[in-house]
Amino acid sequence: MDTVLLLTHTEADGGLPRAALEALSAARAVGGPLAVGLFGASVERAAAALAGAGATKVLAVEGPAFDDPRYGTDAAAATALAKASGATVVVAPATSRMARVAAGVAQRLGGRVDTHVTQVASDGGVAITRWFYKQRIEAKLRREERPWVLLVDPGAYPAATVEGGASPVVERLALSADGLTRTKVLGLRAPSSGEQTIRPDAKLLFVAGAGWTKKQASGKPEPERAEQLILGLLRSAGASLGSSKSLVDQAGEGQKVFEFMTHLNQVGQTGSTPRHPKGLATCCHGEEPHVVGWRFIRERRAVNLDAGCGWARGKADVLYVADAFAVMEKVNALLAAKR
Amino acid sequence: MSTGYQIVVLGSVVPDPLQTLEPAQTPQGPGLKNELMLPHVLDPWAAHALYEAANLAARTPGSKVTLLSLGPKAKLQQVMMAVGQRVPFELVALDGPAGGFTDPHEVAARLADAVKALPGLDRSRLLLFGGWESASRGAGVTLQLVGERLEIPDQFQGVDQLTPGPDGAFEVLERVEGGRHQVSSCAGAPAVLGWATGSLGEPKNNPQVGMANMRAIMPALQKAAPAPVGTGRVEYLSVAVPRTQRETRIVKDMSPDDVARELVEWIAQD
Repeated sequence: MDTVLLLTHTEADGGLPRAALEALSAARAVGGPLAVGLFGASVERAAAALAGAGATKVLAVEGPAFDDPRYGTDAAAATALAKASGATVVVAPATSRMARVAAGVAQRLGGRVDTHVTQVASDGGVAITRWFYKQRIEAKLRREERPWVLLVDPGAYPAATVEGGASPVVERLALSADGLTRTKVLGLRAPSSGEQTIRPDAKLLFVAGAGWTKKQASGKPEPERAEQLILGLLRSAGASLGSSKSLVDQAGEGQKVFEFMTHLNQVGQTGSTPRHPKGLATCCHGEEPHVVGWRFIRERRAVNLDAGCGWARGKADVLYVADAFAVMEKVNALLAAKR
Repeated sequence: MSTGYQIVVLGSVVPDPLQTLEPAQTPQGPGLKNELMLPHVLDPWAAHALYEAANLAARTPGSKVTLLSLGPKAKLQQVMMAVGQRVPFELVALDGPAGGFTDPHEVAARLADAVKALPGLDRSRLLLFGGWESASRGAGVTLQLVGERLEIPDQFQGVDQLTPGPDGAFEVLERVEGGRHQVSSCAGAPAVLGWATGSLGEPKNNPQVGMANMRAIMPALQKAAPAPVGTGRVEYLSVAVPRTQRETRIVKDMSPDDVARELVEWIAQD
């Protein structure tokens, strides 16, 4: 039987990253005895939050040197925890911090790694499901090699319910950070636009396509009006902004398009595959935003002028054949009135 | 003594992302139907890494860019005809499968050996570039694994910007949650940088660059060493394209007011 380690960093406040409880759900699906490994500046709050997780032991690497997300110290801490646990399967949440080190940790353990895991099953041995070719092909696989490090995608599992209970004593491992890294973390930087347009927790993903920059009824492009309409919706609906590649590439090429739009907004192709309960695509005709960018969007609607849009048909639940400028103007007015 | 970087970009070919893909079983394991007939491109993330490498090399005298690519020789040749027109680089090719179902640990071992074998490699000047993911396996692990095999302790993933400082140190912007960047300073090479999209557009074709590149690319392809990587000890239980066709309600002839009302109601629903 496999033994399982739930491996995660802690946040700056010592608590758990939200995806950690989702990873705990995946770790429980493995079915074996569970240990917990925590690393960060402090682990007390995180350990308390996992008090009822059913872990047989809680291991920690703790200290100021392990506060910042950086490869050298994080990989060393995670490797030490995995080794000390003796686990054959290591399950971690796919935060940017864990994704930075998961493969390195597997290599140091002499094991194997799989990322973007969306499902863990334990029928006849541990098997996982993950996507290939940018969410176009789904495969279920298992490996013989151990330890097996699994990085579970956020949103793939519901957060585990952790019943109240006494936490096992935290066993702290001694680990010196001397010589582990030559990297200093200086801080976080928001996009230069000053407007926060990416909201991973938003209920609605608003996808803007290149049609927003095309000629309108007036006979010329109306980027300022488009900018107002898009930002208006983001503000009034609390939506997150996604974009087609063609639209962000226009912005990157120095054209005056949308100042708030960067490559971070791109969905599909070299962009993200976000998870929101609802998605609304506008002025968008490509395959990528509708297939890859929407893979994990549950309810999908689209507004564009082409009733035959091959990518909206079959991918969206509803396709409104309408002028997105006119529709979004009304939507914003209605949302503003509701507030 | 040269002070520039030795930038090694790891990147291979992938089916054009706009192709419809269908899995197929092959004697070597899962693959794609008509895989070698599909038009291929340089992996989009690796391409960003290559363009950023060329840009950095152009700003840092004494630097050199090497593209290390493991893929089917015939496909590499086709793709390099186009990529070679964009930015100056030297190609080192390994002849083997580049499909998404190959095991990244096997691939990383081959790539690490090839990096170690590069003539004149100076670790103190080495920047290992690549995409933070790929459009094939999309795991984001190969670069890390190669970095580990080369014992490089400073790694960055989701990089959008690298700014060299005067003292050999450089500042890196990495993508983190919430649409933000983490800003880090690294004391200098060696380092591993897995690029997201960066901020550069695709360079225009430059015939002079193309001519210079081609003189070295063709011999590099001819002497590409075989690298028969496989699926390792992975057992694929199922490989399928998910059938997610939705019944789309097409709404025509509805006024913008009515569409807006319906959308606002829908947005408000829990």
